[in-house]
Amino acid sequence: MIEAEKLTKRFGGRAVVSDVSFRCEPGTVTGFLGPNGAGKTTTMRMICGFARPDSGRSAVLGGPYRELPNPGRRVGVLLDASAQHAGRRGREALAISAGTMGVGEARVDELLDLVGLERSAARKRVRQYSLGMRQRLGIANALIGEPEVLILDEPANGLDPEGMRWMRGLLRDFAERGGTVLLSSHLLHEVDAIADRLVIIGGGKIVAEGSKEELLSHTGTLVEADDRAALGRALEAVGLEGREADGGLLVDADPRAVGVAARDAGIALVHLAPAGDAGLEQLFFDLTSGAKEEAE
Amino acid sequence: MEAHAIPTTTVGAAGRDQRPSLSRLTKVELRKALDTRAGFWLQLAVLGLTVITVMITAAAGHTDDKTFRHMLANALIPASVLLPVIGILLVSSEWSQRTALVSFSLVPARPRLIAAKALAGIVIGLAAFVVAIVFAALGTAVASPNIHDVWSLPIGLVGQDLVFVTTSMLIGIAFGAAILASAPAIVIFFALPTAIGALGSIHSIEGTVEWLNSQPSLETVMSGHEWAQSLVMFVLWIALPLAIGLWRITRRDLAA
Repeated sequence: MIEAEKLTKRFGGRAVVSDVSFRCEPGTVTGFLGPNGAGKTTTMRMICGFARPDSGRSAVLGGPYRELPNPGRRVGVLLDASAQHAGRRGREALAISAGTMGVGEARVDELLDLVGLERSAARKRVRQYSLGMRQRLGIANALIGEPEVLILDEPANGLDPEGMRWMRGLLRDFAERGGTVLLSSHLLHEVDAIADRLVIIGGGKIVAEGSKEELLSHTGTLVEADDRAALGRALEAVGLEGREADGGLLVDADPRAVGVAARDAGIALVHLAPAGDAGLEQLFFDLTSGAKEEAE
Repeated sequence: MEAHAIPTTTVGAAGRDQRPSLSRLTKVELRKALDTRAGFWLQLAVLGLTVITVMITAAAGHTDDKTFRHMLANALIPASVLLPVIGILLVSSEWSQRTALVSFSLVPARPRLIAAKALAGIVIGLAAFVVAIVFAALGTAVASPNIHDVWSLPIGLVGQDLVFVTTSMLIGIAFGAAILASAPAIVIFFALPTAIGALGSIHSIEGTVEWLNSQPSLETVMSGHEWAQSLVMFVLWIALPLAIGLWRITRRDLAA
């Protein structure tokens, strides 16, 4: 369980996070989505007690993170995969975390297997790691203490497609066992594939929140005709706006209204369906760019 | 999806809500001080230079210098230079290498982590002292000068040596905490005594400077006056930077 309540953070008078509230329930993966600079990292750092909110509060497992007696055994945190000593070996970095939280060192080798770091790679110094390897090391580090909650900032950054698929399985499995996951990303498709719920942030404010289905139900219709220009005019005639998107026009109306408008204008359609992913992408773009302009 | 199953066999529920003890944190800090390239080579350098210093003293020193007391004073010189650097890195590398983000996520009570670093530093300082004693004794035995009181070592001097090695380490830790960046902390640490020494040449404040920069002597048993000067030095070089460091570390957002 993670709760954020009206979290606000200002840097030099400018609010980089304002009134951010959301909840992550056990058994769910929440995707924290927003463009770079939207306030994701600052919000997550406030939740983990690294930055003090100017107002508002947050709780992990019912209380402030910093009051957890042995946080590593309850909450797995990965705030920055590059935050490891470059001159330390990968396995050693995990052994130190295991030692701090009082978990036997046998656990380290289990985790290395789990995240797919070979023994030879684990013996190398972190300086030699690719970003993808650092992410795997960071995820292993977050999982050592068998936590109930995972807080991961941009964990998919630098992972290859195989790594993405692996992480999706890992986090789904974690949530199915009753765990709570909050992960951030600036790329919709990364989060979209893993998360049950999305919290979209733009310009420091939450601009949309809900299950994927809930968000999709507001994303309209994707429609395509051989004569796209004529289709556009037909939609305009009934007061609908068709915006260019991948694979057709995106219309903020249900498929029925769009179909009727096309039939009345005598236009043959080659595609008519709820917008789905294309709509979600457009929604993400609109929401975050709108909020950005507002913030500026 | 067997490959994704998170193994749960080796970790029990025990200790989930038990705060890591200070002794456990100290052990971890000792490990952290040794398991990086910089830490390992620095400590190896202390060991190696101690041996070399003793060898040079035994081989090339004046006969009168080949007493255990003098050997030990020389053997402690490498430690006196390098221990503060080890102390600085113990703290500042958490920021320079950005591991503070991991360390403080596991130990949110930040002063406890700094306390563990100080304790680990003292252990390393004492280890350096033991190394110096062993090699100074070996050096004295090998050189075996035919002079009176070769092995005499006033107990007061032993106490001074112990204070010297532990405070050397604590000075480094305090500087690392106050500055939170490895390179500037090391530069300032070595530049400050020179700057203070330069102040000493100013006629009007002659006699004041010893109060700013007097570490315990390794050669002679100190008078009360000298102890007072050393205590002032500890306040200026340990208590003050440590207070600044603790304020920075606990009061401010972590900018790593």
